[in-house]
Amino acid sequence: MRDLSERSLDTAVQLGASYADVRVVRRRDESIAIKTGRVEGVASGESEGFGVRVIVDGGWGFASSSILTAAEADRVAGEAVRIARASATALRDRVRLDDRAPAHGTYETPIDEDPFSVPLEEKIGLLLEADEAARSVDGVAFIETRYDAQRETRTFAATDGSWTEQTFTHVGAGVEANAIEGDEHQRRSYPDADGGTFTAAGFEYVRGLDLRGRAGPLAEECVALLSAPQCPSGRFTIVLDPSQLYMQVHESCGHPTELDRVFGTEASYAGTSFLTTDKLKDGFRYGSDLVTIVADATAPRGMGTFGWDDEGVAAQAVPLVQDGIFVGYLSSRETAPRIGRGSGGAMRADGWNRIPLIRMTNVNLLPRPGMSLDDIVADTDDGLYLASNRSWSIDDRRLNFQFATEVAYEIKGGKKGRLFKNPTYTGITYEFWRSLDAVGDESSYVMLGTPNCGKGEPGQGAHVGHAVSGARFRDVQVGVGKW
Amino acid sequence: MVSEAVAVNPLAIAERAVALAEAAGGEEIEALVSADQAQLTRFANSEIHQNVAETNGSLNLRVAIGKRVGVASSNRLDDEGLRRLAETAVAIARNSAELDDWGGLPQPTPIVDQPAGWSEATASATPEQRAAGVRAVIAAADAAGVRAFGSFSTSTEHLAVANSHGIRAAQQRTAAQLLTVTMAADGGSGYAEQAGVDVGTIDAAAVGREAAEKARASENPVAVEPGDWSVVLEEYAVVDLLSMLAYMGFSALAVQEERSFAEPGKVIGSELVTIVDDASEPGAMPMAFDYEGVAKQRVVLVERGVCRDVVWDAQTAARAGRQSTGHGLPAPNSYGPFPLNMVMSPGVTERSALVGEMERGLLVTRFHYTNPVHPKLAIVTGMTRDGTFLVEDGRIVGPVRNLRFTQSYLAALAGTVAVGRERRTVRGDFGGVLVPPVRIEGWTFTGATEH
Repeated sequence: MRDLSERSLDTAVQLGASYADVRVVRRRDESIAIKTGRVEGVASGESEGFGVRVIVDGGWGFASSSILTAAEADRVAGEAVRIARASATALRDRVRLDDRAPAHGTYETPIDEDPFSVPLEEKIGLLLEADEAARSVDGVAFIETRYDAQRETRTFAATDGSWTEQTFTHVGAGVEANAIEGDEHQRRSYPDADGGTFTAAGFEYVRGLDLRGRAGPLAEECVALLSAPQCPSGRFTIVLDPSQLYMQVHESCGHPTELDRVFGTEASYAGTSFLTTDKLKDGFRYGSDLVTIVADATAPRGMGTFGWDDEGVAAQAVPLVQDGIFVGYLSSRETAPRIGRGSGGAMRADGWNRIPLIRMTNVNLLPRPGMSLDDIVADTDDGLYLASNRSWSIDDRRLNFQFATEVAYEIKGGKKGRLFKNPTYTGITYEFWRSLDAVGDESSYVMLGTPNCGKGEPGQGAHVGHAVSGARFRDVQVGVGKW
Repeated sequence: MVSEAVAVNPLAIAERAVALAEAAGGEEIEALVSADQAQLTRFANSEIHQNVAETNGSLNLRVAIGKRVGVASSNRLDDEGLRRLAETAVAIARNSAELDDWGGLPQPTPIVDQPAGWSEATASATPEQRAAGVRAVIAAADAAGVRAFGSFSTSTEHLAVANSHGIRAAQQRTAAQLLTVTMAADGGSGYAEQAGVDVGTIDAAAVGREAAEKARASENPVAVEPGDWSVVLEEYAVVDLLSMLAYMGFSALAVQEERSFAEPGKVIGSELVTIVDDASEPGAMPMAFDYEGVAKQRVVLVERGVCRDVVWDAQTAARAGRQSTGHGLPAPNSYGPFPLNMVMSPGVTERSALVGEMERGLLVTRFHYTNPVHPKLAIVTGMTRDGTFLVEDGRIVGPVRNLRFTQSYLAALAGTVAVGRERRTVRGDFGGVLVPPVRIEGWTFTGATEH
């Protein structure tokens, strides 16, 4: 791969590029999908290719191909240069990158058990056990269990002499029970819906999930939701389980702190951000004193953990919110200098055929010593405990959000009680985070995340992590819409 | 490594893959080959900031041994890559569990070519042409004193399917899309889009003007109270209704799993609402066959408000004892068949009358970040974006701040009281959609934001 990379860089420079970088990416996937005892999909995939990114006349160009030959390296580098020249015909400011030392080294996700070495029959068997445990519950309509693994090797080379080699292994698994009666459709999932929770680890993570042990009680709760009362509407104290809180962090802190959004470069698709740069200078109060959020690309097991980002910037932990005050952004070599800072190392690309964009790494709400999540519930006289995300939506500046969860438990006198179905809650981002008055301690702090964070045109998916411990919010609007 | 031949004759590669998988022990085999070239020029703050191109070829190989099914995919399409892929797919099938109701791979169907799905102009579009289109949008924005953001994309797709039952299908398609969001200094925002098979039909200056005028018109928006409102939805918003309803219910698998609202004969909309999936419609980005190589059939989903059918793939059709309608997606596909070429019939109402006949309500340009809250009830939440206006006595009074809705899309179909006579092609999340603007009574807004 080094030869192909150097060939691409040389050609790009010869044709006029003032800067170029090349990523060669090989990705291998495996997935198993089981639905109510039927092994519906067992699949293996591989994809490889390279992408060349150049600056010519101050404009960006990028071209990519799955053909890994010297001749194609020349063609793709030439196409990238031609595209960059076209970009320069509609340019107001020339691209400038911050300085950083050339990147050198290797990184590999630490794993105990290679997921691709575990026999297929064993993986299927593990999922079928969970499926059977859920299916044995009367009233369940269908069960979905899923397993995914991905391994990606990625090299990065740049005209400044950078050369890094990285190998990432991510796995995910989950079980989801569905119950249907008339127009009512309820779902309960563990550890998350839509394929479960993903993490940077080996198969040991999947074994540790105990899908079989959790599937039965999960299915029983799902069926019980069919006859549960509708979640009440009004203003409530809510406690968010980690299975919902990570999505709240993702949508209302992770995305609005992406500096490219702040500068408008995602405006035509996902929108912009209310966290404008004047708020950084002014020390905007994003949340209560208990809110500290860090983008940490070094966090163990996080899907946003790496050695270097896709611009060759070393992994780091970047504070975003410190004791409630907005203090930083997810940034890149191009955007960070515009606020007088160095890149925070958050440029990530979805494979060989996409350019790197500013993406979340692991955006974590740090735990606070003092109260466990159970203590928080015990400390709540009257409220709702919401778990497992079911729906999410937020406006194009990341202010007005609305989430639905799979389940709400009534909290009365410090104890979790009856179930409510179809819970929803809504609010304005900074008002919501300012209403936080308790964060769980380390005992419930868990690394979760999503493998399909969407951004960009053409669309890109990213594997991002979120470690959270659960938290309590006061005076929140719950129960939205007509039911 | 992909061979140059993939772009010339993907069907030959598919046939080769079928032969290799048969030799490796597969009993039923399906090879889906896709060779794509895609380019996208993106702009923000009235300058090009991202500009990309991609060349890729991939093979998706499905193998059944008895009722055990495996799928393997790769973009390594040389002989060694194909051989290894065939062995992998066969090994997966051997080690998988039996699928009790496996209906087998589909049989050949008569396929009608869709030449309207291909444009040489799009296939040969250059970076310089896309940049010129972007400059035309920016010029219109500059003239109006607003900033332009957006993208101009072109793509070609060569698709081939071969299977061991004799399916041999090949088609080539192109697509082009220019969209822009424009922003004015005082909170104004506008949107416009043109999409189609032929890039030559896109009028970049017109796209720029439409969005820029809306951005200026939506400056200094005022707050209105959430609640039930009459709304006029422009085509950019209507596309979300169709896409979401497709996602939540117009799939045979959703019906079989009882998670769909769809039921033949059930009234789900007003008499003004007719929705079909028609891959021969030039305005809906035509396709000749689906990803299982089955000929596309026109399917009436809703006829004058009455649910008629859903779309079917080979597996759901076999389970029901009927034929696939040509709506299969690439395997493995646990979501089921999907309508990719949706068309809503036009009405008789002029665009101006949609607003002109509304006593009090809101004109909505488009929606943002919609997501199902309760799929079976078709309840969706989302935001308005890029131009929302108060209408009183049939006249636009002024812009309003964006609102959140939590709304049953079925109730929206039932509340449709007027349908525009003009339609636009809009690229939805899942394919080309041809839609008119509509007026709906009783749209439920449940919250507001600050802009």
